[in-house]
Amino acid sequence: MKLTVEETEQVYEEPITTQAPMQLNGADVFIETLKKHQVEVIFGYPGGAVLPIYDALYKNPIKHILARHEQGAIHAAEGYARVSGKVGVVIATSGPGATNLVTGIADAMMDSIPLVVFTGQVATTVIGTDAFQEADIIGITQPITKHNYQVKDVADFPRIINEAFHIASTGRPGPVVVDIPKNMATGLFVTPSEDEQEVNLPGYQPTTTPNFLQIQKAAQAISNAKQPLILAGAGVLFARASDELATFAEKYQIPITNTLLGLGGIEGNHPLFLGMAGMHGTYTANMAIQTCDLLINVGARFDDRLTGNLNLFAPNAKVVHIDIDPAEIGKNVPTEIPIVADAKEALEALIALDTPNGNTAAWLESLNISMEQYPFHYQASVERGLLPQQVLELVHQYTNGDAVVTTDVGQHQMWTAQYYKFNHPHNWVTSGGLGTMGFGFPAAIGAQLAKPNAKVVAIVGDAGFQMTLQELSLLQELRIPVKVIILNNQALGMVRQWQETFHGERFSQSLIPVQPDFVKLAEAYDIKGYKIETFEDAKVQLKEALESDEPVLIDCRVVQKESVYPMVVPGTGLHEMIGVKPE
Amino acid sequence: MKRIITVTVINQSGVLNRVTGLLMKRQFNIESITVGHTENPQISKMTFVVNVEDERKLEQLLKQLQKQIDVLKVNDITEKQIVVRELALVKVVSPPAVRSEINSIIEPFRASIIDTGKNVVTFQVTGSPEKIDAFIDLIKPYGIKELTRTGVTAFVRETQKVNTPQLSILK
Repeated sequence: MKLTVEETEQVYEEPITTQAPMQLNGADVFIETLKKHQVEVIFGYPGGAVLPIYDALYKNPIKHILARHEQGAIHAAEGYARVSGKVGVVIATSGPGATNLVTGIADAMMDSIPLVVFTGQVATTVIGTDAFQEADIIGITQPITKHNYQVKDVADFPRIINEAFHIASTGRPGPVVVDIPKNMATGLFVTPSEDEQEVNLPGYQPTTTPNFLQIQKAAQAISNAKQPLILAGAGVLFARASDELATFAEKYQIPITNTLLGLGGIEGNHPLFLGMAGMHGTYTANMAIQTCDLLINVGARFDDRLTGNLNLFAPNAKVVHIDIDPAEIGKNVPTEIPIVADAKEALEALIALDTPNGNTAAWLESLNISMEQYPFHYQASVERGLLPQQVLELVHQYTNGDAVVTTDVGQHQMWTAQYYKFNHPHNWVTSGGLGTMGFGFPAAIGAQLAKPNAKVVAIVGDAGFQMTLQELSLLQELRIPVKVIILNNQALGMVRQWQETFHGERFSQSLIPVQPDFVKLAEAYDIKGYKIETFEDAKVQLKEALESDEPVLIDCRVVQKESVYPMVVPGTGLHEMIGVKPE
Repeated sequence: MKRIITVTVINQSGVLNRVTGLLMKRQFNIESITVGHTENPQISKMTFVVNVEDERKLEQLLKQLQKQIDVLKVNDITEKQIVVRELALVKVVSPPAVRSEINSIIEPFRASIIDTGKNVVTFQVTGSPEKIDAFIDLIKPYGIKELTRTGVTAFVRETQKVNTPQLSILK
């Protein structure tokens, strides 16, 4: 007799009720191990293959956030991880549950966000038979995870989970997937020895302490430099080294620029801060890169959006690169002084040395003049209507630069990076490397859970918001006071901008005039909605909305024909920025 | 440039996929690959022959391999004193009339006959890839019916004459 999948499952699956009362199964141990790792919140979505896990969770609860789509769950976990500094934990079922996580896993990989993602899987007895809701998630996520596991023995649960948390959170952080076949979760657990539960990773020994000789070389280069510059990336934030970064820059009087993901690593109004560099960075920061004689990269990876044309990048600079991931050093930019280390340890070592300062006074003076000469600019008028930049300036003003701000990708993201000056680190959550639409809103929910008392503002575009807006249910359910600000230009703004600039104004599939009534949509979820169409309204209503203790949604109808400037056109050097001055 | 790279890995399912997937993702073309476990059955050794554009790409390849959690050791042994061996099985058309002629050709290669049919003979030849190339060239005119090569596996010799270039990061 041939058995169907359902029947084969019944053959091996013992109902839990037949077990001896105290005998633990894999799922029970799974939950216990998460508790040992002090997991305070799980973002997830149940389904067939993870039923035993959700059953164990029912009996031994950990706070669980039921997102309305797995992608929402994982982006929320990313927001939570970024803001809290802890590992984000996600659970989804096999097959479609797992594949719905793929975008979030890839996003976390690109932006080095520590996640441990648990996926259900069909039983080991039917893996490979195209069973119901089977997907090869190990194969699928292999190139987009720091590491992945499939549990093949119930006794391995503690060790695998310990290793997953260790890998996700140490070295260069990243996502780890643990695939759990259903019969592993239901299988009886026989406690392995202490040894067998411990992390055993001979091939994974990240270097955190810098080589002292390299530190001395870097210090010597700093003394000799007349025009040194620090490029600080997200590595500074992951190392919790923003205080050290400021001390280092102040001690040696070196100006700082940030990558997009590094924003917040230095206070937005710090006198040595030149603003963000790169495609839509400040003219001053980009020119500083092009003219510096020493470029000290701390925890950034020389992404193409930062460097512009690599052949023209930082032509006069000697490059020092501090990175915990040796593979990033020399990948894109030849490096004279590589330092493999944790950013905090490397900066502490540099601060501890008593190397004399180079004389940078003239350099700092010229950069200050440039900052005054080339600020970000926009042309506002009552006739043009509400500009996105005006909205962001008001958001900054009303939150005093203290808010946690999340975004998707695109124009609104760049304007936020330009106009929101962060007073504190770890308040900036954006999808940088992968550039994921639909990221910002669920990430804000995770961020708010990490910091319940913080003002959390999700700045999103009208198109990106519609990719994950189902998570409004979470605001309705949890009543957490996330402020959703839609910069609504009825378009895919950045696509529209590129079509205007590079494709002869042929706006192919980038204009979206037909839209839901976002205020009514908010009301459907029992959330207060605002619609703002003028700067005058914005001044009043944004203030009111941002001061509210409730979740709110603000639909800002902004000018469609507005582009992000200045800009480094792809293929050109950073010094060739366009739109530097108002026309 | 052609490089021979050995990778020592923890022997568990998925590790070969991880390593070859990494090479594919980073746009490296694998010319040959051999895998087998070492004296310790929990540890496997892979030998790759890879074509890389330049030093920087090579360095990136070695670092990316080293970064994998299951990878214990990565070595570019191209410029070391090494022993390189490959095995080929060649099925050749060999009617009785030319059989002795073929046998005299294969002798210097120390190839052995491992199967004989009415009109075909299968040879096994081992040695450096160049030796196997030469063998195939010589035997080709008789008509090769089937050919399969294992790809190279390699060892570093006990005594080394030259120092190998190190990663720039270690300099």
